Amino acid sequence: MYGNDFSGEDAPGGLLGEVEAAEAALRAAAERDRGAPGQDVDLAAYFAEVIDADQKIEPRDWMPEAYRRTLIRQIAQHAHSEIIGMQPEGNWISRAPSLKRKAILLAKVQDEAGHGLYLYAAAETLGISRDELVELLLEGRQKYSSIFNYPTLTWADVGAIGWLVDGAAIVNQVPLCRCSYGPYARAMIRVCKEESFHQRQGYEILHMLAHGTPAQKAMAQDALDRWWYPSLAMFGPPDGDSTHSAQSMAWKIKRFSNDELRQRFVDMCVGQAEVLGLTIPDPDLRWNDERQAYDFTQPDYAELMRVISGDGPCNRLRMEHRRRAHTEGAWVREAAAAYAAKQASKEKVAA
Amino acid sequence: MRAPQSRTETADVSGPFDFTLALGDDALIAAQRLAEWTTRAPEMEEDIALANIALDQLGAARLLLSYAGELEGAGRDEDALAYLRDDREFRNCLLVELPNGDFAVTMAKLLVLSAYQLPLYTALAGCADERLAAIGAKTRKESAYHLDHAALWVRRLGDGTEESHRRMQAGIDQVWPYAQELFAAQPQAPVDPASLRADFDATVSAVLAEATLTVPDSAWAPAGGRDGLHTEHLSYLLAEMQVLHRAHPGARW
Repeated sequence: MYGNDFSGEDAPGGLLGEVEAAEAALRAAAERDRGAPGQDVDLAAYFAEVIDADQKIEPRDWMPEAYRRTLIRQIAQHAHSEIIGMQPEGNWISRAPSLKRKAILLAKVQDEAGHGLYLYAAAETLGISRDELVELLLEGRQKYSSIFNYPTLTWADVGAIGWLVDGAAIVNQVPLCRCSYGPYARAMIRVCKEESFHQRQGYEILHMLAHGTPAQKAMAQDALDRWWYPSLAMFGPPDGDSTHSAQSMAWKIKRFSNDELRQRFVDMCVGQAEVLGLTIPDPDLRWNDERQAYDFTQPDYAELMRVISGDGPCNRLRMEHRRRAHTEGAWVREAAAAYAAKQASKEKVAA
Repeated sequence: MRAPQSRTETADVSGPFDFTLALGDDALIAAQRLAEWTTRAPEMEEDIALANIALDQLGAARLLLSYAGELEGAGRDEDALAYLRDDREFRNCLLVELPNGDFAVTMAKLLVLSAYQLPLYTALAGCADERLAAIGAKTRKESAYHLDHAALWVRRLGDGTEESHRRMQAGIDQVWPYAQELFAAQPQAPVDPASLRADFDATVSAVLAEATLTVPDSAWAPAGGRDGLHTEHLSYLLAEMQVLHRAHPGARW
């Protein structure tokens, strides 16, 4: 398992161990039957009690409108990220350098589509349809992760995405396995397990390259150079500038701040980069004995904001691609609906 | 690598090596085309399904090409066979190298391919060669799923809207002539493809009838893939597939 393979790990049992602990906690919470609130119970107080007791809010429960809206936004953007995130890696399926790597990459991109569907289903429990969410994405009214607006220029980028991008995603998502909304927490447990395999596969690609020919090693270093800061930026703006953080923490949707998770990711990567024999492109990266953590150079948050607002290298490309697939597939979806309607009416006649 | 001239001298295109290589190439090129759909499918569910089928085809290709390499005994593994042969040395049928076209063309191709592969792999499962029998036993289950999937879509599109009916018929019309090549007789091969034709016809004509589509009537029967005489499409497909592998001779990935 990925947590035990690599040095530089920061918790006993590793991140996968945390996923398993979250899963056990979820089961225990489900066993403590909290029953439905009585007729004259104050719903807001009941909601607060459930959150305080680390129980899960379920779709049938009353919840503050802002909690519902925050979750819809967060889960939908997470789902959109899985779907848009298929593109940068999908870009290399046709050119994968061995049949084994091609098979692994195809399976990975297929998993991502599955994560997208799973997350859309979780969002739908909050009273919005997948079609509506897809419309919001296509109209540019909901975002997806900034990282997928960077191009995959070489095969090593596929490895870097697995190691760094999936790695950052896992660090971000493992605490979400304990998030207060039950369907999201359960989705995250499932996603994190598969994601950790992807991360391991990406690391393995880079490991092969870093221990291969000089050209392969150079390709791996170049990929690390280009993906390091965009990966750090995945954790979002620094804590002082993060708009949604405080309320999300109080609701136990978020468990750690952007900066805490970013630090954890850096601390995890340093040892892994050493095993690869690659250099993290940050001259100021060094161990701080006092903090028991690595000091590092922050990513360029002005660039992050530009990318989020639509001016990254591939924003236009990714959205055009998604819109084209949607538009060109319209006649197929219409045919499926027409066929289903005909079948249903035939059954009616037969009955 | 063998020069084409020496090939003709020792010509036994139905020998176990050529036969296995041809099936492996069918699956490999089909996988490459199906994988092109990834992120482009009409529905997210279909993205998953097409990637899934591509992955099955790729898995079959790896088993078949690895075995072909062993039969040849010249030290070529699956990657040497996939990445270091030119289009004149590929033995896949023309059907699988045709461009994807729209979703109807892709489903027409998948219907023809899976309605051919299912009886082929089923027959292979009972053949005397143990390795081919084992490969057939595994892959026929996957082919049954592919055939189901293609047949369902051909029915949906054929009996869906006017537009989808028109496109589905056009897809079948375009692909149909290429089915001929699949059943060229090879009496010495572990399974003679000619013996599969009746099964294929029964399956496909039933699906087309249910889909309110007509079986095309065309005498044109393009062929040549099994002899390395391909359409103009294959060379481009291989250029893309092989570019990285060929740029780093001898590298491991």
